[in-house]
Amino acid sequence: MSALLEIDRVSRSFKGLRAIDDVSLKINAGEIVGLIGPNGAGKTTLVNLVTGMYPATVGHVRFNGQDITRLAPNRIAKLGIARTFQVVQPFPRMSVGDNIAAGALFAGGSGSLADARRRAMELAQQVSIADLFDQPAETLTLARRKRLELAKSLAMSPKILFLDEVNAGLNHVEIDDALRLIGRISQSGITIVVIEHVMKVVLSISTRLVVLHHGQLIADGLPEVVVRDGRVAEAYLGKRYVEASRGAPA
Amino acid sequence: MRTIVILAIVAAFFTALIFGGNYALRLATIFAMYATLALSWNIIGGLAGYPSFATAAFFGLGTYASAILQSSGMPMLLAWPLGGLTAAVFAAVIGLAILHLKGHYFAIANLALVEVLRELVNINDRLTGGGMGLNLPVTQGGVTQQAVYFLAAMLALAVITLLSAAAVHRGKLGFALRCIQQNEDAAVMLGVNARLYKAAAFTLSAVFPGMAGGIYASWVHYIDPSDVFDILLSVKPLVMVLVGGLGTLFGPVIGAAVFLALEEAVWRSFLTVHAAVLGALIVALILFLPHGLMSINRRRLGAGRT
Repeated sequence: MSALLEIDRVSRSFKGLRAIDDVSLKINAGEIVGLIGPNGAGKTTLVNLVTGMYPATVGHVRFNGQDITRLAPNRIAKLGIARTFQVVQPFPRMSVGDNIAAGALFAGGSGSLADARRRAMELAQQVSIADLFDQPAETLTLARRKRLELAKSLAMSPKILFLDEVNAGLNHVEIDDALRLIGRISQSGITIVVIEHVMKVVLSISTRLVVLHHGQLIADGLPEVVVRDGRVAEAYLGKRYVEASRGAPA
Repeated sequence: MRTIVILAIVAAFFTALIFGGNYALRLATIFAMYATLALSWNIIGGLAGYPSFATAAFFGLGTYASAILQSSGMPMLLAWPLGGLTAAVFAAVIGLAILHLKGHYFAIANLALVEVLRELVNINDRLTGGGMGLNLPVTQGGVTQQAVYFLAAMLALAVITLLSAAAVHRGKLGFALRCIQQNEDAAVMLGVNARLYKAAAFTLSAVFPGMAGGIYASWVHYIDPSDVFDILLSVKPLVMVLVGGLGTLFGPVIGAAVFLALEEAVWRSFLTVHAAVLGALIVALILFLPHGLMSINRRRLGAGRT
C-alpha cells in the first residue's frame, strides 16, 4: 500500500544548522501519528517543510504520490494538507465565523461566501464555539482560540491534519475535551499527526509514535514499544538519568 | 434613514451645481476625481493593508497614455479607458515584482515608481514633450458646456469605481484581502493565493486612477510631468481614506469630500500658510478619530447598546 504522505530523506539547514537531518517517514491514511521530541527537536520545522512554508533543502515530500516539495503553501493547502499553529494565528479583527469561513472558501471547496459561512457554523458547533460566532477572534480565551484554530483547519476539508501543540497551555479538563475532539475528527476519516512535547498527552490517542531528536528520527513504531526505547528516554531525560535508573532496584 | 441622508446629500450637491456656476462645477469635478483616487487606494491600502504610494504613478501614466493617443487622433472616449488599461497593465506587472515587500519597503518602492516614471517622461521628449509638457486637442463647445461634460465624465467614473469597490468589498477578493491584511502567513496556509489577490488589488487600485488621469488631461488641455506625477496625488488619497475610514466602503467618498472642503476653505483664508494649516487639521482629525469619520456612526451605535 502506498502511503498518503511520504517524507523521503528530507533535510533542511538554516545557516549551517541542520534543523532536519535526513528524515524519512511514511504516514498512511487513517492513522493518528504522535510526533514527539524535546523542545527544539525540529517538530515544527518538519511541519513547515511538509506544508511548504519553507521548502526542504534536500529530499522529497510526496502526497498521494504527487511531489509537493517545491509547491507554494496555498497550493499544498488546497491539496488537503492542513495544520494548526503552535502559536495560534487567527485573523484578530475578523469574526470567529469569518475566520472559519476563510478555510472553507479558499481551500475547502465552498463555492460562495454564503456557502462557506454555513459550513463555518457547522464546524463552530462541532468544536463548541458556535455561541461566539459573531465575536472578533481577538476576544477569545486561549482554549477557545485553539478550538477556533482547529475549526479553521477542518474547514479546509483536509485529508491530513497536523496539530501543532494544540494542547499546550490548556488545563486537564480542556486537554481531555481536546483529545475527545481529536478522536472524533479521526473517526470522520481524517489522518492526524499530533505534535507534542508532553509525551503523556499523545500516548492515549496515537496509533503510532515517531520521535525526533536533534533533527533526526530516532524511533518509529507502536507507542508501547517506542516509550520503552532506550534512546527515547535518553533524549527526554538525559543519559545520566537513564543509566542511574537502570542501576537502581526496580 | 440612510437612504434619506444619501438622497439629501445628492440633492444638495446638484442644487449647489445649478446655482454655483463654473466654480462649483470645477469643485465637483475635483471631488469626483478625489473620490475615485481614494476609493481605488482603499482597495490596496485599506483592504489589503499595503501602503501604496503609487497612485500618482498610475494617474500620470493614464494622463500621458491617453494624451498621446488623443494627439495621434484617437477619440477621447476611447483614449480614457486605454489610459486606465495602460496603468492597470503596468500595475499588474510591477505588482508581481514588488508586492512581496511589506510595510515601509513597499511604500519606498512605490515612491521610486513615481520618480522613475516622471524621469522617463522627461527624457522621452519626442513622444511626451518632456518638461515642456503636452497640449491636448481642444474640445468643442462653450466653457460651461465643457465643464458640465467633464463633470459628468468624472462623476460617471466615480460611480463606476464605487460600484466596483462595493463588489470587491462583498466578494471573495475582498474577503481574501482582509485575511491578508490581518495575517498574511496564516492566510496563505489556509489556501489564499496571496500573490494573485494582492496583484489583483494593486491592478484595481491602478485602473480607475489611470482613467481619471485620462479625463483630467482632456479637461485641463495641458499636462506636464511635475503636475501629473506629483507625489501629493499619492498622499492625498491616503489621507482621505484615513479621514473617512480605512477599509470601509463609503469612508473614502466622505474623506474625499471633507478633504476637498478643508483644502478649499484653508486655501482661501490662509493663502500663504495654507499647506501648514491643512496639515495641522489633518493631524488633529486623525489623532482624535483614528478610525475615521465612519467610526462616529458605529461608536454611537455601540454606546446605545450598552
